[in-house]
Amino acid sequence: MYRYDEYDQGIVDARVDEFRDQVARRLSGQLTEDQFKPLRLMNGLYLQLHAYMLRVAVPYGTLDSRQMRMLGHIARKYDRGYGHFTTRQNIQYNWIKLLDAPDILAELATVEMHAIQTSGNCIRNISSDQFAGAAADEVTDPRPWAELIRQWSTFHPEFSYLPRKFKIAVIAADEDRAAMRLHDIGIQLVSRDGQVGARIFVGGGMGRTPMIAPEIRDFVPADDLMSYLEACLRVYNRYGRRDNIYKARIKILLHEIGADEYRRQVEEEFALVKQLGIDPPATELERISAMFAPPPFDANASAEVDRSDPDFAVWLDQNTRAHKQPGYAIVTISLKPVGGIPGDASADQIDVMADLAQRYSADELRVTHAQNIVLPHVRIADLAAVWQTLTEAGLAEANLDLISDIIACPGLDYCSLANARSIPVAQKIATRFASPERQRDLGELKLKISGCINACGHHHAGHIGILGVDRKGTENFQLLLGGSGAEDVSLGKITGPGFSEDGVVDAIERVTDRYLAVRTEGERFLDTYRRVGMEPFKEAIYG
Amino acid sequence: MADADQTDIGGEPELRFRDDQPHDEPAVTLDAFLVEQSNATAVRLEAGDDARALLPYLDRLALIEVSFPTYRDGRGYSSGRILREAGYKGELRAAGDVLVDQLPHMRRCGFDSFAPEAEIDAATLRRSLSRYDQVYQRAADTAVPVWKRRHG
Repeated sequence: MYRYDEYDQGIVDARVDEFRDQVARRLSGQLTEDQFKPLRLMNGLYLQLHAYMLRVAVPYGTLDSRQMRMLGHIARKYDRGYGHFTTRQNIQYNWIKLLDAPDILAELATVEMHAIQTSGNCIRNISSDQFAGAAADEVTDPRPWAELIRQWSTFHPEFSYLPRKFKIAVIAADEDRAAMRLHDIGIQLVSRDGQVGARIFVGGGMGRTPMIAPEIRDFVPADDLMSYLEACLRVYNRYGRRDNIYKARIKILLHEIGADEYRRQVEEEFALVKQLGIDPPATELERISAMFAPPPFDANASAEVDRSDPDFAVWLDQNTRAHKQPGYAIVTISLKPVGGIPGDASADQIDVMADLAQRYSADELRVTHAQNIVLPHVRIADLAAVWQTLTEAGLAEANLDLISDIIACPGLDYCSLANARSIPVAQKIATRFASPERQRDLGELKLKISGCINACGHHHAGHIGILGVDRKGTENFQLLLGGSGAEDVSLGKITGPGFSEDGVVDAIERVTDRYLAVRTEGERFLDTYRRVGMEPFKEAIYG
Repeated sequence: MADADQTDIGGEPELRFRDDQPHDEPAVTLDAFLVEQSNATAVRLEAGDDARALLPYLDRLALIEVSFPTYRDGRGYSSGRILREAGYKGELRAAGDVLVDQLPHMRRCGFDSFAPEAEIDAATLRRSLSRYDQVYQRAADTAVPVWKRRHG
């Protein structure tokens, strides 16, 4: 894991001091709310319906147990005993007092954490593959590259007032576990002639105009990456639209001028920027990479496991994945109990997960974009003990990638932008499909819910997506089918007229019933949809 | 900031970070400069103007003023860097909705004088400019990025 040196720590400490100064100026009336807004937003502090929400960065979703315990401590001391893990691999707290915010940042800084650029029109937290460093299919660990980009983008003097927010994801495997092509910039690390470099996609995104990012460059060597990204951002900063907030993301610029013209402008800018000496030397990537060296694995770790407890066996099959090291497994802890709030964890649960990471997972945890937590390096021999502890903490839901493993935005229960509530719909769907046997029979089914067209709940990328809208003062839910955020990326299509809250749950059941009736052997819901198209499902829903 | 020499105490803040005499000639618009008055030595760039249009004339310009119509409009940061990267040595002024908390970034993008619409508090500015002594990236100022400090 990355460790701060004196420079990193100095910058984060200075940020705490700066924000304390800004809050004091706000509280004394020297700053109006209007003037304070961009300052607090740059630090992840939103004014929501009931209170301030603070979003804390978890760079590329990686944490150690000490940091995880701090997140629990903050939930307990400053919030109502909960934290909410987000689709950007961060955590947010929904009941924060403005006066407390500087103290929270000061506490975070003691464990090398911060809230820098978790909102605002700047480069946001760099996201990555939650299985980085543990998956067998990666060409390299993407996190050192993500850290390099984190440092380059932190307080970037030119790109802190972009037309709109800017999200970057870095992956290093063909299987895309991070929705890479639905980011403003998606980077896939690839190997060419023995050299690792970056394949660059630009202009993806969800929101009200979802787009899949086209490839802009097939290979950027490590030595050129910062210059190339600088060129990508400079073209956007200069020519991205600023007249209409809904047309300000880079995807609209790409759409309007075309990928070829954008590429041409970037290459022209890159030729100039490359002369400026802004690329760190190779030794910097080496320095960072050394901190991501694999933990000391036990080469003799046993791959045998006692499956005699049927509940354990079900969890084992559903929530663990193969690890690159024989004798180890990757565990995903579901934060989606039936009837719960997707992504929420109590302070006590956060502590339990921290303890498990320290004892069984080389002191590492990951946050996933699907709002779950990963223990990346667990000995197969320890899985039963891990499961036992999770069961006692209410964290052993065996539903990874099943219909109740729902991504949902906070919705109208918290968010001032929302048109509809997301959480109650998620709870009703999970309750309707509560039977574990029924869920497993349905197989992989990614269901995603957004409470407004800003699409924080990734509804465009759901195998089944739900979009809450306001229809003449009442909440209405549109249903989408056929989206995917994975390597087979696609955008869902709306089935037809929307539904009430209960109506959309019924409609989903009709969709899954039809799927069960027409699927062929081994076909996931998404595969069936792609084979048979929308019509059979429309007919099932609307009759 | 390495070259921010703020020594005033209270009162009016110092908003010019140059040793030469302030340039008195009023700035002309980019259009006027290119079309009519190419002997002018001071030009004002609107946020959407292409700073590169000035590159052939940098040697004879003493002042370039870049407009920030709202604090949210960040195009001027790129304009500043582009001018400095091309070797512009004259005064580079940020004018308009320029907030005290934005000055450190503007200094890093090459701006060395400021004409904010609203008053800036001298003490706040002093704290703001001296707060960060490390930076992560090379820009248009003399600050040394931490990767350079780490590896020489």
